[in-house]
Amino acid sequence: MIIILSPNAWAVQGKKEEDLLITADHSKFKELKGDFRDGKDLTNKCLKCHNLAAIQVKKTFHWTWRDKSGLKGKGAYSLNNFCISTNFMHDEECTSCHIGWKGKMHGINCLKCHLQTKEDIASDMKDYIFFSGSKDKDSQEMAQDIKNTILDNIVKVGPPTRRNCGQCHFKGGGGDGVKHGDLDTSLINPKRDLDVHMGVDGGNFSCVRCHTTIKHKIAGRYYSHPAVKERKSLVQDDMASKITCVACHTNTPHKESILNDHTNKVACQACHIPEFARKKPTEMWWDWSTAGRTKNGKQIRKMGPLGKPIYTTIRGSKKWAKNVVPEYYWYNGTMGSLTVKDKIDPSHEVAIRWPIGSPKDKNSRIYPFKIHRGKQPYDKKYHTLLPPLLSVEDGFWLTLDWQKALKHGCEIMGIPYSGEYGFVRTSFAFPITHMVAPKEMAVRCIECHTQNGRLKHIKGVYIPGRDRFGILDNLAWTIILLTLIGVLMHGLGRIIFNKRRS
Amino acid sequence: MSEKKIYLFTRFERLWHWTQAVLIILLLITGFEIHGTYSLFGYKRAVTIHNFCGITWIILFFLFVFWLFVTGEWKQYIPTSKKMGEVILFYSYGIFKGRSHPFHKSREHKHNPLQRIVYLILASFFLPIQILSGIYYYTYHMWPKMGGFAIFSSINPVAFIHTLFAFIILQFLIIHIYMTTTGETLFSHIKSMFTGWEKVEEPSN
Repeated sequence: MIIILSPNAWAVQGKKEEDLLITADHSKFKELKGDFRDGKDLTNKCLKCHNLAAIQVKKTFHWTWRDKSGLKGKGAYSLNNFCISTNFMHDEECTSCHIGWKGKMHGINCLKCHLQTKEDIASDMKDYIFFSGSKDKDSQEMAQDIKNTILDNIVKVGPPTRRNCGQCHFKGGGGDGVKHGDLDTSLINPKRDLDVHMGVDGGNFSCVRCHTTIKHKIAGRYYSHPAVKERKSLVQDDMASKITCVACHTNTPHKESILNDHTNKVACQACHIPEFARKKPTEMWWDWSTAGRTKNGKQIRKMGPLGKPIYTTIRGSKKWAKNVVPEYYWYNGTMGSLTVKDKIDPSHEVAIRWPIGSPKDKNSRIYPFKIHRGKQPYDKKYHTLLPPLLSVEDGFWLTLDWQKALKHGCEIMGIPYSGEYGFVRTSFAFPITHMVAPKEMAVRCIECHTQNGRLKHIKGVYIPGRDRFGILDNLAWTIILLTLIGVLMHGLGRIIFNKRRS
Repeated sequence: MSEKKIYLFTRFERLWHWTQAVLIILLLITGFEIHGTYSLFGYKRAVTIHNFCGITWIILFFLFVFWLFVTGEWKQYIPTSKKMGEVILFYSYGIFKGRSHPFHKSREHKHNPLQRIVYLILASFFLPIQILSGIYYYTYHMWPKMGGFAIFSSINPVAFIHTLFAFIILQFLIIHIYMTTTGETLFSHIKSMFTGWEKVEEPSN
């Protein structure tokens, strides 16, 4: 019997259980029964068997936080309009998301990505050291309990779950849903209507289901490196990265050929992610220029209607939004971005990161974006964006003193600071690719094929229903109207003359 | 002058004419909805109806061309200047004076000289352009893949042509429908297009 699979059926085949990949029960390993007091000990145990893991991990962007040139990356000179810069990873708050134990200082933390439980092993180990140091019987019992908890948990390891990736990627920018708009903790256990692939009642995909991982290198875009160089389906190449929609769905995923005609100009995401931040609010605006205000010497914290802070002394003013309709731009998979070394024009809104693409480029598609806007410090004399130090000594969060924070921030990174700062409006673009809705929620034709629709700013493509041919439309309707008047007059003439004759 | 009834339009001709009429009207209604002039069926349904009618029309058009040549009826569309001036004068003057039509229909000459030239231009120029631009519009994404056929670098000029000729056909339709009322009675021409039989005046020799 021949079964003809529709493109969608190919994709459905992908829903296999993840435990098919597991060939070892870590709870049976003697090596994992030790007395673990710090992260390094634990990692060394992992690396005894997984002897290539550290070599692989240390080559990845997840570890280096900087690209090969040493220019871009959050551990290098790149910046954003959230917490702005990690100041070469000196800002400890930022490095809490690094995959090492305490940033890069104590080696790789394997558990960050591989622990399948919610247990915080780092804090367990701190407690264990504290209680086991005491001779007191209760403390010793406590220490034993903690030790057992550690041992019970560290053997529960496996491929990264949504929670593993999400503890950093869902909370980027300093809190749940701040940064991306299409990534927040609602994706840990999402329903199908929020994300058709990851939904527990849908495909129940983990992140790495699509973010194909080879030797610890996880597929995905970072800075100007595109996620893939060309869109290939698994039908064309069974080893292709599954990071693209095309990999599983092909270029012609729809039953209606008219919808398939769109795939050369419109990204899947443009129609299939009608809105982002559909369950939890995401931050849309961060104004650092208002930070530092206090009331009676006390810090201020004002909550907004969406249950998120709209003002805090240490961060300034923020705006949040839910169910946000994306902005659309031509995008070829790469993003342009600024570093602290780039000159800016402070008389306009400065784009810190923006999509690269053009209607003439055959690899570009119309793609949805979240644009995060705000105001942040810049050097009034040198016309550069400035990287303030925040969470450590001399940092703005401890001193509320911009001069100190900016001066030390620049010193650490070895970049000049004139001593004169101001605040400039900036924008930062995020490609929207998660929170893919079920097909019945896709954007309807008329939302783009109309004059003031979602794509009203898109140039370089004729969109029926949106575009007019100025002269033709006006002139033609005038002629049609005149024709109608003409035949009516002619008819009227016949009636009048007819009456006159009779 | 005496009157008699002649069988002017065969069954195929009438079927073709009215099917084409329905298709063209539906194509205009849905076409201008797709162009964004108004909303009626809903965008997606308008596109579906438009594409269905368009493809049906192509088939019908080829049947018509085939019929023209097999029956020799193509001769009805050879343009002539004979009586052209009189016909134009009739519609712009004589008709108000209650004069009779200068052209006398017969089985051999179904159309007056004005009809001949207008129908010829319509059938050999306007409609083929509309059909071809429609086909190109419908299949434009396939052309580059098939190689060498990307006549237009963007769909923009094709859409322009398709819209321009839609307006021309709409104008024809308005005048054409109005002209049907210029018969003996308001509906006599429409009636004969349904029955096939037309009352004609025989010139008294």
